[in-house]
Amino acid sequence: MNFWEKLEKLDRRIIYIIITLAVVLPFFFRMGLPIKISPETKAIYDYIQNLSPTDVVFISGDYDPQVDAELTPMFEAIVRHCFERNVKIVVSNVYNPQGVGLVEPRLKKLAQEYKKVYGVDYVFLGWKYGYSLLIMGMGRDFKGTWQTDYYNTSLEDLPLTSKINNYNDIALVISLTGSGAYVAWIYYAYVQFKAKIAAGITAVMAADSYPYLQAGQLIGLLGGLRGAAEYEQLIHHPSLGSAGMEAQSWSHIAIILFIILGNLGYFMSRKKK
Amino acid sequence: MFWKKQLPIIIVFLSGVIMTVQYFVPLHASEFVFDNYIKWGISIGIFAAILGYFSFIRVHIMKITKKAPNWGYSIVALAGVVLMIVAALIDGTDTNGYYMKFYLYICASINATVFSLLAFYISSAAYRAFRARSSQAVALLLAATIVMLGRVPIGDYFSFWTHWGLPSFYDMAQWILNVPNMAAKRAIALGVGLGSLLMTLKLILGIERTYLGGE
Repeated sequence: MNFWEKLEKLDRRIIYIIITLAVVLPFFFRMGLPIKISPETKAIYDYIQNLSPTDVVFISGDYDPQVDAELTPMFEAIVRHCFERNVKIVVSNVYNPQGVGLVEPRLKKLAQEYKKVYGVDYVFLGWKYGYSLLIMGMGRDFKGTWQTDYYNTSLEDLPLTSKINNYNDIALVISLTGSGAYVAWIYYAYVQFKAKIAAGITAVMAADSYPYLQAGQLIGLLGGLRGAAEYEQLIHHPSLGSAGMEAQSWSHIAIILFIILGNLGYFMSRKKK
Repeated sequence: MFWKKQLPIIIVFLSGVIMTVQYFVPLHASEFVFDNYIKWGISIGIFAAILGYFSFIRVHIMKITKKAPNWGYSIVALAGVVLMIVAALIDGTDTNGYYMKFYLYICASINATVFSLLAFYISSAAYRAFRARSSQAVALLLAATIVMLGRVPIGDYFSFWTHWGLPSFYDMAQWILNVPNMAAKRAIALGVGLGSLLMTLKLILGIERTYLGGE
């Protein structure tokens, strides 16, 4: 077996070690790479920036632990922005029950940090069966559809939710998801009730969402960890998203080098034959 | 025969026609139908979830009693269900309770770990399978490389040619996403939409009957 054949059949453990180093080392040795802000991220930021303290943003954490690393930085950045602007927020997990455990502790922590009062500044609804029915029901009768919050308090008894009747009382719906949940929001909330929708989705799904963005069915988009990092830059609070961007940068470089080396080995060994 | 075939077809036909009419006809009757459909849907779904729960327990108990291959995993699955129910009953589903701790520190960690392994598999697969064997493969390789570099800050760092007014990796990635990608996605979405519409019509009119169980 010559050099090129060996290169073509490189042991996968070497690839694994290199990827591990490419992901871990940038967390310790930072280059401080600047992050360019995309127009789709800026659109969400500008929209929230222009809301008043009486406005309500509905955030749906439609995700599970597999995509937690990409979507929780988005969730935290958006909640921080809303709390800083004194915009009210209602958080739920319409599409995915697994999101409850990921979203609720972080929401509580951020609320404590910004000294926000439950029921007045924010409410957590949790999960309820039937995402499409819930989304449609919220357009007709918000309180009747959810009835109680996550802690079994009637929505009529909470000052924030007692004023919400339908999407006319919600300035923006943000779906954070690693699945097609944001499309359900477009189908049922935008098409039927003309609700304003924004999405925060994983990088692998970002390409799918551009038609909705261009058609104006989404007012903005956070695409993958980069979207989270961009939002963190905009609110001047770099956190998990920004920290992860350098790791992602080097892991992408490593994968591109692997592709080049793999092709080099393939063509050179074929040439020899 | 009537209960198994004709009745489900009649229910699907009536439900389909009523829901279509209520969507397009803005009357109080339409609102009544819509509101009740939502309440019914949620209630029926809860019963379906209970059914799913019993089915899960039954399948795993059968696996254990019959000592089917990998029956040991069924014990773990059932123990997990019992553990989470007991934890929730003891001190609720609040952040500081056992239920949430089990979820965050066991279930979520395992899920995230398994998913993270994808990065390694993708790298290995990219090394072995991503070959520039044809002109289409070369185009795919180039587009993938540009988007991968354009989506991370290091892509801009390498784009030294921007000083001469040329587009950076970021600009090129945005163009790929906004122009050729969007055209392809839109075509696919239209195809899927028309296909869904056709399938819905076939279901309502009773032409598509596979949901009745075979044939």
